[in-house]
Amino acid sequence: MSQKTTYIPEPELVQGNHTFGSITSLVGDIVETPAPRWWYIAFAVSNLLLGLLLAMLAYLIWEGTGVWGLQNPVGWGWAIVNFVWWVGIGHAGTLISAILFLFRQGWRTAINRFAEAMTIFAVMCAGIFPAVHVGRIWVIYWVFPLPNQMQMWPNFNSPLLWDVFAVSTYFTVSLLFWYVGLVPDLATLRDRVKSKLGKMLYGTFALGWTGGNRQWQHYEKSYLILAGLATPLVLSVHTIVSFDFAVSIIPGWHTTIFPPYFVAGAVFSGFAMVMTLMLITRKIYGLQDIMTINHIEKMNIIILVTGNMVGFAYIMEFFIAWYSGFEYEKFAFVNRAFGPYAWAYWIMFLCNVISPQFFWSKKMRTSITASFILSIVVNIGMWFERFVITVTSLAQDYIPASWGYYSPTWVDILTYVGTFGLFFSNFLLFLRFLPMVAIAEVKMVMPQADPHNYDEDGNELPKESH
Amino acid sequence: MSNTTDKTFGILAEFKNPGHLMKAAKMTHKAGYKKFDCYSPFPIHGMDDAMGLKPSKLGYIVLGHALIGFLGGMALQIWTSAIAYPINISGKPFINLPAFIPVTFELTILLSAFGAVFGMFFLNNMPKHHNPLFNSERFKKVTDDGFFVIIESEDPLYNPEKTKAFFEQAGAVHIESIAH
Repeated sequence: MSQKTTYIPEPELVQGNHTFGSITSLVGDIVETPAPRWWYIAFAVSNLLLGLLLAMLAYLIWEGTGVWGLQNPVGWGWAIVNFVWWVGIGHAGTLISAILFLFRQGWRTAINRFAEAMTIFAVMCAGIFPAVHVGRIWVIYWVFPLPNQMQMWPNFNSPLLWDVFAVSTYFTVSLLFWYVGLVPDLATLRDRVKSKLGKMLYGTFALGWTGGNRQWQHYEKSYLILAGLATPLVLSVHTIVSFDFAVSIIPGWHTTIFPPYFVAGAVFSGFAMVMTLMLITRKIYGLQDIMTINHIEKMNIIILVTGNMVGFAYIMEFFIAWYSGFEYEKFAFVNRAFGPYAWAYWIMFLCNVISPQFFWSKKMRTSITASFILSIVVNIGMWFERFVITVTSLAQDYIPASWGYYSPTWVDILTYVGTFGLFFSNFLLFLRFLPMVAIAEVKMVMPQADPHNYDEDGNELPKESH
Repeated sequence: MSNTTDKTFGILAEFKNPGHLMKAAKMTHKAGYKKFDCYSPFPIHGMDDAMGLKPSKLGYIVLGHALIGFLGGMALQIWTSAIAYPINISGKPFINLPAFIPVTFELTILLSAFGAVFGMFFLNNMPKHHNPLFNSERFKKVTDDGFFVIIESEDPLYNPEKTKAFFEQAGAVHIESIAH
């Protein structure tokens, strides 16, 4: 059997004829040159929204949680929806930095830094909701196992407590992982910036990094171990978030499919958020050579895959509800799709299951406009997913006499809007003061960084022989 | 300090590219130098072997931390729920091991991550904000596109003239001595 085979090389990860030096200046110059005007405008708007968030939180703490739309029977509303939504968005950062690292996906280097930053800021936004919803925020330390005057300890049988540990561990580990990745790049900035203050600050946080191989050796080991730790961690976090629901006995929540379904949904929405942010930043800062169309296409494939996983979960949930023969479970699902919240269910279905199907076409996957629009659509859909899960199951469960209809109040809505202020204020500060692309890692995936592309005497081999 | 008369920290040689650095690392290791290091803006694949470095011990540090996290997490939950203040929660056993898995897991990961990060800083002598290498203006390139090898004056084989000649032979593009 004769077969004609052709070798199709992977497209180069870094496009344009870049040298190590030009990569450094491409990323480093962003930090060293004065911020453009749009940055100040965007930062001002974000700060206003952040102010709005603080005002809403102050009002909530002053008045009590009654200012939210929570009522019987719906005791969990926008707060948990927003919490799960923001945490889920964060998961893409860890997925890119840890799981794709373990799978040796070189293309992750272009986006991992700011995806990780996104994770940290998203988890900050998420953490606000469970913290303030307790009502008496001044005793929030009761969630931690700290000695207190009552000699009481937290209930370790409760998934809500597991969540405290999961989310705080997740935040801490993400922050450490991010910082470890930043150290060599902070050293780059230390060696480049002109201002005295900048030199001092970058120098302090670079911890005296020299780039010696005796350092790189432990550094790479540390990075690998952190990736190995963050991978099960990220899966566990959304699993435990799903336990908040699944361990209860509410119809529509008490299902074993929740952990994988939540994790897939988290990755789905997180990649969409990374896409939204990436398409804006690469355009504004001219990073098209590092974040190429090829990157966009790969991310869209992940969005398509996870979108289909989520779609599969929606349909499987329905099937199992019928197959279980359990009347209340069946009702809960039929009611989701055709009951008073049918509008939310079909928004969710349309955004999460139908819209990613466009990415089967290569033309759509590689189109910047389509990617941008769909990435926003996906995040709207994922917000509605959490809304549907949380609210429909609570509003109509066992006893028709206790049914209700939940609507948010203006405080709910403005608090959610305010979290975008927190997120973007932090994100803009990050874009302004820190290297938004992992400089050292991008250099590492360039062909001229690989010693195999040099001969015995250390001279570069001609390009064809790679 | 063995060389009290000699105020130099070592001799720093710059190389053109990762390939030359790799070759120089192999030669330096072969020549028998011990107190030397190779500097690059990014980790270079195969450099550990070229320099003859032993594998990193970081894994053991992380393992130790993981065990502390695991045992500490278990001990915390068992002690608080079954010894310090046992509360009957819907008839569940006081030591309810399946329910203790998530917190134990998270604490194991948390402590391991501390081990991985702070253990790495410890092994790398960080933070160390003063380094004689920072006296060299040229060495600033190391975080951009510079490739360097240093042989420290404390190395038993160190000899200013011979070491310089050695670097020239290895193909260095620039050689300088670094003051303390």
